[in-house]
This record gives sequence, C-alpha cells and structure tokens, in this order.
Amino acid sequence: MTSTYAVLSEGLEKRFGPRNAEVHALRGLDLAVAQGTVCGLLGPNGAGKTTAVRLLTTLLRPDAGSARVAGHDLLRDPAAVRRAIGVTGQYASVDGDLTGRENLRLFARLHRVRGPAERAGELLERFGLTDAADRPASTYSGGMRRRLDLAASLVRRPEVLFLDEPTTGLDPASRNRIWDAVRELTADGTTVLLTTQYLEEADQLADDIALVDRGRVAHTGSPAQFKSLIGAHVEVVVTDPDVMVKAAAVLDQLTGAEPSFDHERRAVAAVTRDATLTLPRLVRELDAAGVPLLDASLQPPTLDDVFLRLTEERAA
Amino acid sequence: MSTLAYDGGAMLGRQLRRIRNNPGLLILTQTMPITMLLFFGYVFGSALAMPGEQYRSFLVPGLLVATAANGIMTGMFQAAQDTHRGVMDRLRTLPMSRAAVPLGQAVADLVVTAAGTVPFLLVGLAVGWRIEGSTLEAAGAVGLLLLFRFATTWIGIFLGLLTRNEEAAGQLGGATFVLPLLSNAYIPTDGLPGWLRTVAEWNPISAVTTALRDLFGNAPVPDGAAWPVAHPVAGSLAWCAVLIAVFAPLAVRRYGRGER
Repeated sequence: MTSTYAVLSEGLEKRFGPRNAEVHALRGLDLAVAQGTVCGLLGPNGAGKTTAVRLLTTLLRPDAGSARVAGHDLLRDPAAVRRAIGVTGQYASVDGDLTGRENLRLFARLHRVRGPAERAGELLERFGLTDAADRPASTYSGGMRRRLDLAASLVRRPEVLFLDEPTTGLDPASRNRIWDAVRELTADGTTVLLTTQYLEEADQLADDIALVDRGRVAHTGSPAQFKSLIGAHVEVVVTDPDVMVKAAAVLDQLTGAEPSFDHERRAVAAVTRDATLTLPRLVRELDAAGVPLLDASLQPPTLDDVFLRLTEERAA
Repeated sequence: MSTLAYDGGAMLGRQLRRIRNNPGLLILTQTMPITMLLFFGYVFGSALAMPGEQYRSFLVPGLLVATAANGIMTGMFQAAQDTHRGVMDRLRTLPMSRAAVPLGQAVADLVVTAAGTVPFLLVGLAVGWRIEGSTLEAAGAVGLLLLFRFATTWIGIFLGLLTRNEEAAGQLGGATFVLPLLSNAYIPTDGLPGWLRTVAEWNPISAVTTALRDLFGNAPVPDGAAWPVAHPVAGSLAWCAVLIAVFAPLAVRRYGRGER
C-alpha cells in the first residue's frame, strides 16, 4: 500500500511560538501523493503549505502525526528520506558567495555523485546557465537563481522532488523554463510535490491538487474535477443600470448563487453549479423577464473561481 | 567517521572558496589587528611605564589572543548568515553528516586564522617583537593560539545558529572588543584593583596571552596571579577543553535540530 505512494502523511500537526501565543500551522494534514505524479498543494498565504513541505523534508519535526516519504518513515529514518528527496524552496537556498558551478559541484559531492564537475557542467548547460557559470550566484537574476536552485536539487535524480513556490516572483519566460524542467522530470518518473499560490501553475503542472486551508487539506482532486465542482461562470451586460437588479434576480434563480455586480460595466455575474445551463436558455429567460441585453457569456470556471468558492465556503 | 571527514572536507572547501570569491571581509579582519598593534604600540606605548619596544613585545601576544577571541563574532556572523540566507536549510535536507557543516566552518576559520597570523607577526617583527624562546616553544604558542581560536569559533557558531541574526552578530562585535580590555592582553593585571584583577585573570584571554608571552619568551609569568594565569599553559588547555567540550556539542546539536 505504502509503496504506491511517494508521499503519505497522516494527521501531521505543527504548532509554533510560545505556549500562550501558539500558531497552529498544521491541524492534521492528510496527504497521499501517488508515485510518479505531480501533486499541487494549493492555498492562500498562511494556509500551512510551506510548513507541510518543511515537515516532509525533515527540516521540522511534527508535533503529532506520521508520514512516509519514498517509503521511509519521516521520524524513524530521516537520513533515508534525505537520500531520496530534492528540495527547492524560497528558504532552502544555494550559496550566493559561490559561483553557479561551485554550488553544483559542492552539492554533487555531498550527494556522492561520481564526476561532480561533469555533472555540474551538464546541469548548467541544461538550465541555460553556462554563460553565468563562473559568476557568484548572488549576481544572478531571480529567474537564474531559481533555475540554479532547481538544478542543485537534481544533482542526483531525486525520487521525490519538493518545490516550494518555484515560480513566485518570476517573469513569464523564466516561469515557463521552470515548468518545462518540471515536466521533463515527471516524464522520467520523478514524483513532484509543489506548493503554489498560482492556480494556473497547478492547472498546468499538477495531476492532483490538494487545497490547503488553515492547516488541513480541504479538498483533493484533479484540476478538471476541481473545475467541475462548480459549473460555469455566467456574466451578462445590460443596456440600462436600472435593470441590473432584475437581471440579478434571473441569474439568482438560474444559478442558485448570489450574483455580483460591476456597476461600471453594467455587468452582473454569478457562478453556477448547474451543468445543464446553456447560453440560449440564459438569454431566453432574461428576455422573458424583460432585461435588454448587450452581452451574455457562459464560460467554464477557472481554478480561481473554484478556489475562492471553496475557501469562502470554509470560512462561512 | 569517513562520512564526517568527506562532508567536512567539502564544507571546508566551500568556506575557503567563499573567502576567495569575496575577500573584502577577510582583508578587513586581517588589517584590524595590525592597525591596533601600531596604534596601541606607539600611542599607548609612549605613555606607559614600560619602554615602547618592550610594550610592543608585550602587546603582540596580547593582540594575537584578542584577535583569536573575535572567533566568537566571525563564527556567529557566518552561521547566522548561512541560516538567514537559507543555506543551512538546504544543507539540512542533504544526506550528509550533521556535524560536518559546523566542523567545516570551524576548520576553515582555523586555516584563515593561521594564514592571517603570518602578516601580523611580520609587522610585529618590524616593530621590535622577537621570538626569544626556543622554536619548539614558539610552535607550541602558535598551536595554543589556534586551539583557542577553534574554541571561540565554536561559541560563535552556536550563538549564530541560536540567534539566526546577522545584525546581532554585528552588535556582538562591540562586546568581543571589550573582552580583551578585561584581561592582561593590553596591560599587566597587577596594577588593577583586587576584584577587577580576579575577573581579568579568570578571563580565558589572560591565560592564553600569558602562555604565549611565556612560550615566545616575551614576558615572564606574573607573580601572585590566579591559577589559570599562574599556570598559563595548563590554564589555557583547560579553558579550551572546557569551551570546546561545551560549545561544539551544543552547536552540532543545534544545527541538527534546526528550528523544530
């Protein structure tokens, strides 16, 4: 059972701070990541994503719960876990005072890679860092630094790779480069656990998404399942501001969701769970109610919609 | 053990490459004691009862030890910087010896200290300091100095891992400047009021300084001093043994635990 999961955690708990002012960062995190898949831990700031990664990579000890990573027990055999993982995060960094090449050679040596110099050269080439190889890493741009960080996690191919917000703050070109590298890795069979605040990133890379909210996994599923949780995004634009309320009443009735108003654009929007709702029916109903329409649209939901819906539901 | 040696070697290499890539701080820390030797030696030397040249001979071992005590600050600064920048966390996720990271830092510091002693002693020779004892004793003096530095670096590494704060390390620089003032590094302690003399003579810097003066043959062991100063070599070895026995395990344990 455990061998089919690269990461399996049960009831992980972590508290920080003094006893009277504790922050309960994780409140029983259950997570199962199948081997060879990409799991996206998605959640707002402070949800506990980074704490989860720090626990699973042996950087923190859980206060309660247990986990196995690459088949090794996190608490009983952290050394075996460390042999099996690669970590790239905003907190776990390469050495800015060393050059890119020196960093990779150092990590290759520490991983007991044969021919550390050759391995460093290969990785620099693969991540487009050959020209900057002999400059101190502190002079690298954000994107280069992140690529070097990722390369440093790959000196020896890890069984499980942890990426903590791998593209936060990067420009689109750098971000695509990181995404490509992650796709290549998963094609080779590496399991990836990535945290992200970007729904697009989870949509692009992840086979499964675990929505983390206030220290627990609130919801799991594929990106497609997440989107099907709520039907479609409905928006109508009316000619006259006075009929916006009337339009909203129709939308409310059709979607069962409370519509939102954009007065400047004279638009009324709602997210529907009813998968049978079609655009012609929407237009007919509005017409029958005497709402003069300028525009109407019915779009499949983005993960942002899902995300907002799910976190709002939990907050309510 | 071979894991520790291999990983420690890799970490030593890392520290030395860092210094080579970024030599500014090193140059600053090496020129500081030379500046102080010239400044104290000629300015204070002119006002003391001791003749200037004799004072400078007296001062060279004192400054060597005072500089070695700065290992607290440099050790703390580097460990705090590595923690703050996330290097420690990345190293903690690697399948490597837990003791290798602090040990590599301490040994690298020792190499730098040994190298920095050479230009300082050359300036010392230029201002009148001499090795007045045997070569063997002089080698013993250098060995003792490095052992003391090794001990203070472990204190620093522990504090750096504990505070994770580079600024705190910078502020501690002021405190480590005061430590040698409360010892016999710059002045003889026999003129101090009784209680202050006791404090100064139980300062580890005093024992090591006296041992160096004795082994280099620059000044005799003072009469009527507290035990570590009256028996300077044994006193220095005891101080270093205690400091290393306390702070090296604390630092290694602290590194291994992270912030859990």
